[in-house]
Amino acid sequence: MEAVNLLSSNRYTEKQIGYLFISVLVNSNSELIRLINNAIKNDLASRNPTFMGLALHCIANVGSREMAEAFAGEIPKILVAGDTMDSVKQSAALCLLRLYRTSPDLVPMGDWTSRVVHLLNDQHLGVVTAATSLITTLAQKNPEEFKTSVSLAVSRLSRIVTSASTDLQDYTYYFVPAPWLSVKLLRLLQCYPPPDPAVRGRLTECLETILNKAQEPPKSKKVQHSNAKNAVLFEAISLIIHHDSEPNLLVRACNQLGQFLQHRETNLRYLALESMCTLASSEFSHEAVKTHIETVINALKTERDVSVRQRAVDLLYAMCDRSNAQQIVAEMLNYLETADYSIREEIVLKVAILAEKYAVDYTWYVDTILNLIRIAGDYVSEEVWYRVIQIVINRDDVQGYAAKTVFEALQAPACHENLVKVGGYILGEFGNLIAGDPRSSPLIQFNLLHSKFHLCSVPTRALLLSTYIKFVNLFPEIKITIQDVLRSDSQLKNADVELQQRAVEYLRLSTIASTDILATVLEEMPPFPERESSILAKLKKKKGPSTVTDLEEIKKERSSDMNGSAEPTPVNASNVSTPSPSADLLGLGAVPLTNSAPAPSSSGSLLVDVFSDSSSVAAPLAPGSEDNFASSSDLASSEVVSEEPADAVHDADELIHKFICKNNGVLFENQLLQIGLKSEFRQNLGRMFIFYGNKTSTQFLNFTPTVICSDELQSSLNLQTKPVDPIVDGGAQVQQVVNIECISDFMDAPILNIQFRYGGTLQNLSVKLPITLNKFFQPTEMSSQDFFQRWKQLSSPKQEVQNIFKAKHPMDTEITKAKIIGFGSALLEEVDPNPANFVGAGIIHTKTIQIGCLLRLEPNLQAQMYRLTLRTSKEAVSQRLCELLSEQF
Amino acid sequence: MNCRQGKLRLQKWYTTLPDKEKKKIIREIVQIILARNQKMSSFVDWKDLKLVYKRYASLYFCCAIEDRDNELLALEVVHRYVELLDRYFGNVCELDIIFNFEKAYFILDEFILGGEIQETSKKSAVKAIEDSDMLQETMEEYMNKPAF
Repeated sequence: MEAVNLLSSNRYTEKQIGYLFISVLVNSNSELIRLINNAIKNDLASRNPTFMGLALHCIANVGSREMAEAFAGEIPKILVAGDTMDSVKQSAALCLLRLYRTSPDLVPMGDWTSRVVHLLNDQHLGVVTAATSLITTLAQKNPEEFKTSVSLAVSRLSRIVTSASTDLQDYTYYFVPAPWLSVKLLRLLQCYPPPDPAVRGRLTECLETILNKAQEPPKSKKVQHSNAKNAVLFEAISLIIHHDSEPNLLVRACNQLGQFLQHRETNLRYLALESMCTLASSEFSHEAVKTHIETVINALKTERDVSVRQRAVDLLYAMCDRSNAQQIVAEMLNYLETADYSIREEIVLKVAILAEKYAVDYTWYVDTILNLIRIAGDYVSEEVWYRVIQIVINRDDVQGYAAKTVFEALQAPACHENLVKVGGYILGEFGNLIAGDPRSSPLIQFNLLHSKFHLCSVPTRALLLSTYIKFVNLFPEIKITIQDVLRSDSQLKNADVELQQRAVEYLRLSTIASTDILATVLEEMPPFPERESSILAKLKKKKGPSTVTDLEEIKKERSSDMNGSAEPTPVNASNVSTPSPSADLLGLGAVPLTNSAPAPSSSGSLLVDVFSDSSSVAAPLAPGSEDNFASSSDLASSEVVSEEPADAVHDADELIHKFICKNNGVLFENQLLQIGLKSEFRQNLGRMFIFYGNKTSTQFLNFTPTVICSDELQSSLNLQTKPVDPIVDGGAQVQQVVNIECISDFMDAPILNIQFRYGGTLQNLSVKLPITLNKFFQPTEMSSQDFFQRWKQLSSPKQEVQNIFKAKHPMDTEITKAKIIGFGSALLEEVDPNPANFVGAGIIHTKTIQIGCLLRLEPNLQAQMYRLTLRTSKEAVSQRLCELLSEQF
Repeated sequence: MNCRQGKLRLQKWYTTLPDKEKKKIIREIVQIILARNQKMSSFVDWKDLKLVYKRYASLYFCCAIEDRDNELLALEVVHRYVELLDRYFGNVCELDIIFNFEKAYFILDEFILGGEIQETSKKSAVKAIEDSDMLQETMEEYMNKPAF
């Protein structure tokens, strides 16, 4: 109360002490606030700059909602009033910023916003600094209202970086002109995409000057000089990375950071590693970053500070791709042996992810993970070993190798319990694959596992019991031994209910059931459905959504780029030519050999060669990413054995892209047959007319077109076709109607298989039907404000998918617009601040859900590139739409 | 911004938190900072924030910044603040801050407001403080008032 009285005093000292008391000691929710507000109001109206300053400081320090309610309308007026003193303007700007942060809804946007932007031109650098902070925060939320700030910020920045160190007088800090303001301006520019060409040229000049200055000899030996200079440099690099459009600058930035990697200042090394991490995700500089791999590995070995080593690990993870995965994983494993306990688990997860993602050869993957368990078993979480088992079960070519390797690993006198778990599971499933070797006969396998039994915890023991019963099925010859073990008192009368129950049940099962029943009950586990790696999910959770996911998304995008492109990538090609080493190791005949299957798009004929000798391909092994795996298995399951299958399917992939943005046309044509399409879609329903034209003069007999959906597709797409007449006369055309209902979102397209007899030979061909997710699009018109509001709502990193790609067709604005409309979304004009960009919105209708979709396409004429960003409420949908649309430009 | 040396000498919060929480955070941060040696970098990840700290004689100056903030510049913010204290007190030492904590707060307020830099010019900031001192008659009188 005394303090409030002090506030009302006219004497400066009393007032000052009163405010200090309130700032430091009053909690923002205190009841006194109402009384205080009154005093503040008087001071704000006093026109005395010192009193106004004190009042504003107090508001900023307390920053409560009540204060925002009372003053949010008042402060903007003070801020833009012509006669306000500079120092008061500064305080007012920051005070408003504070209120906006606590209660954004209470700060009204209005006329004052445009006048605030012009504060960037103010004479007084202190005012500019404060105003920039305010504008940056406001612009993040309302980019539209503040977009004029971009050009003002660029010209201000340009004046600063070109000024001599004495020009700015007291705002020069250790020979660096206005470092704080520079950094703030660079940060403000990071709220926006690259500006239009005129402004951009000037900005590029600024950034180049900053990079050049880094090369100049320092003007002072003081650490403050280099810190301030480098602070500006790092912020400039952040902006370069944010724009991600000037390859030249990106590479220069990378080289500069490369120099810092070897700097003797620990701080700089730390920041260089951190900054490079983001640089690694840009496709322009990814290669340049990779050249520093040795230095980074060295940092991992020699840095004395954990937090720096942690950054090195992050960077290695970010720069990893197929070409260096083996080296990086090996180095990480090496480091793991001595790594700090605090970061071990994270490294384990990273190694597991990299090993899986870039495994060209799954024997390497199995080796890596087993090593991981050996080195850091305690830090290997359940997700990691679950994943190994999932992968081994889904890929039958590594099963034998995995069994052999775990068997060998288990022979070590002391092995980690996690290894026993993996070993137990794998031998239980695939022990038979190595049982032919007398050194790993059934009995030896069993004894080996059982020797670990007593050292393990209850859950592991339970798992081992299941392994034993599986052995009973796999190896009838050791049934008696196993039954003896199950029958022993330590099992049958075990204090643990779970173990006891298993022992009793398994014992009964093995005595009563016939071999047939046993074989059915204890059959090999079916392949797991593919889904996002649980490890990745865990890492995301651990690191928070920001850093890792970004990299992941970009990586994913890059790998899908690779798979989608028509030419085979080098990695795929090399894979085709090297026969899998595991084939020899297996030598057991039971496993169909599918290891060298390339990605489907890379070469159709090879694909068929591999598949044609085994009709029951369960898990074709496309090397690399999961996406890759999924798409090749779909093709394989409905694969064709025909005269010219390779061409047909291959073309179909291209053909389908022609139909993404249109509904009618010729789907397929060869010397015999022409297939035309006409289709219409409304909401989640559609109808497609397929016209089959006989181009010859001879009849087609037994003409049977069938539409095939993979199992996965069947649940999300309901197709009804009517049979057609089995005879097609020469020159005639028959029509078939397909009724389509979309139940939920889906990935692949159904396949149309056509068989007929022509002149005595059986013809068989398959094409993909262009029924793609975007067909169920309904355009939605919306205002710019609505658009950005929705865009913001869909801002979790999983909802956004982005792709940067080279233009395949001339970059014509009108054609692009037509394509976006053809794609199904509405084309929104005057939404994007940059008129060259395209923005679209629409809703995907399925029977079960409706999915709102926003898209943004940014062309870069100079580089002949596009950047496409998709945001939808569902991750898979964003991914799929982005893939589909990327092919169109 | 929280500055400390085992014992906390000055703290400033730019987010509103209950006292209990504040105490817990301070304990945690002090432990982290004191455990680090001189060769280590001045940046430490802490929850989703970053701690940037620097040691001046017996005092550690530490601030927690957001992930996207500029670390080096935060370091220079600390330095500039120390310079301001130095200019005002003339060769500042820990005792100056202990006995004239209110001045240290005023200087901080002139320099940083609501977590953002207000005035980077040393002259202007010091001038603002000196102006206010001119207005001030006698400090002690009020310091001894029972309200404190």
